[in-house]
Amino acid sequence: MSSLSVEHLLGIKYLQREDIELILTTADNFKEVINRPIKKVPSLRDITIANLFFENSTRTKLSFELAEKRLSADVINFASSNSSVKKGETLIDTVNNILAMKVDMVVIRHPNPGAAHFLSQHVDAQIVNAGDGTHEHPTQALLDAFTIREKLGTLKGKRVVIVGDILHSRVALSNIFCLQKLGAEVMVCGPTTLIPKHIHSLGVKVEHNLRRALQWCDVANMLRIQLERQELAYFPTLREYSMLFGLTKDILDSLDKEILIMHPGPINRGVEISSEVADGAHSLILQQVENGVAVRMAVLYLLAGKIERQS
Amino acid sequence: MKPIELLNSQQLSVTITRLCHELMENHGDFSRTAIIGLQPRGIYLADRIVKELKERKGINHIRSGKLDITFYRDDFRRKAEPPIPSETELDFELEDLNVVLIDDVLFTGRTIRAGLDAMLAFGRPRKVELLVLIDRRFSRQLPVQPDYTGKMVDTIASERVAVEWLETEGKDRVTLFSIEDKA
Repeated sequence: MSSLSVEHLLGIKYLQREDIELILTTADNFKEVINRPIKKVPSLRDITIANLFFENSTRTKLSFELAEKRLSADVINFASSNSSVKKGETLIDTVNNILAMKVDMVVIRHPNPGAAHFLSQHVDAQIVNAGDGTHEHPTQALLDAFTIREKLGTLKGKRVVIVGDILHSRVALSNIFCLQKLGAEVMVCGPTTLIPKHIHSLGVKVEHNLRRALQWCDVANMLRIQLERQELAYFPTLREYSMLFGLTKDILDSLDKEILIMHPGPINRGVEISSEVADGAHSLILQQVENGVAVRMAVLYLLAGKIERQS
Repeated sequence: MKPIELLNSQQLSVTITRLCHELMENHGDFSRTAIIGLQPRGIYLADRIVKELKERKGINHIRSGKLDITFYRDDFRRKAEPPIPSETELDFELEDLNVVLIDDVLFTGRTIRAGLDAMLAFGRPRKVELLVLIDRRFSRQLPVQPDYTGKMVDTIASERVAVEWLETEGKDRVTLFSIEDKA
């Protein structure tokens, strides 16, 4: 297969296993490109991409922008905080106005689940979901899978535990779909209140004891507590959460094996992960960030290949 | 049309030896030379040439690498499917070196154009030469000519040249066939 089965990247749920493998092998090539003396290729020089961020982001926004620039695409950026959205414009109107300026692809982050999907049905452009509320964050899952594959050779048969605020996490959902499609086993771990009720229907294991979860896994993906999405008190205090679910060197040392540590960022040091672990030898956090650019280049390259050329 | 054999295994071997001699005339001890095979099919010829220079001509140190040109092609989005890249393996810079680009068949010249472009990401070479096994002359769409040629052939657009290698196809030979027959 040399082409994606989808027109947009809306979520991992809509991808076939072959799509994911194509993205990862293409990302291998881009990883080599971004380590060259000159880190830029001309593939997308006639493509214009709009980055629409209706929600805050540092890593993802920069990573997408860098990926686009390294592919030689023209890039325009938009943040809702200083835009006409504040004046009452609808999402479709905003995007159609941007597309009227001859934009080919849209990278969108939005607080509402399904925003990217909705947009893909109403506008004429390739859509890449850069996170929609608590729904999906497909490129994060792809770069996590790429990083694990790079370190362990394969995902097949590997055990990955996702720890933390599963209820509010789009990273968790995308990761579950992605890891399972690539043949990994997935466990989620966190306080009962932060584990969605029917999560086992996705075929994942549930564990409420961090040490047992870590003893089971090859890779631990630590998530941030998303206080900005929590309307209720899901646990008594951050300090208590940190004591029960925070990853420390002591707990890692108490395991009878070595595991890899990942975190999608931003890190809350001393809450879900201690500084010692985040900066330690088993931490893949900065590799994840590096790989993010290569994986996003692969996604943009493969989707751009589907845009019809106007002659 | 039955496929026509342009080179059999023995002729191919003689041709590669001759190309090595021509390279030695111009590159001496190869201390300022880099041999670069273009992906996906030029790398086998490059490997053969480097092997022969090392094993039979006693040149011990030759810089060599593989270069993928996919991201520099000029037909992206003109084909139904995006071209899928191969690996680039170039662990040195080309700054101030004499580069020999190697490909199996020279046809329109567009691959070489992309290759020249791709190469510049690794530095500014002193000089670039082109070595091809088969030159399909009179079919160029760009002003590209080889410096070293294995064999020159006259072909029409509906014909294709297939270069087969022991390592990948189990047999060393070069054939000319018509794509209408294959379909």
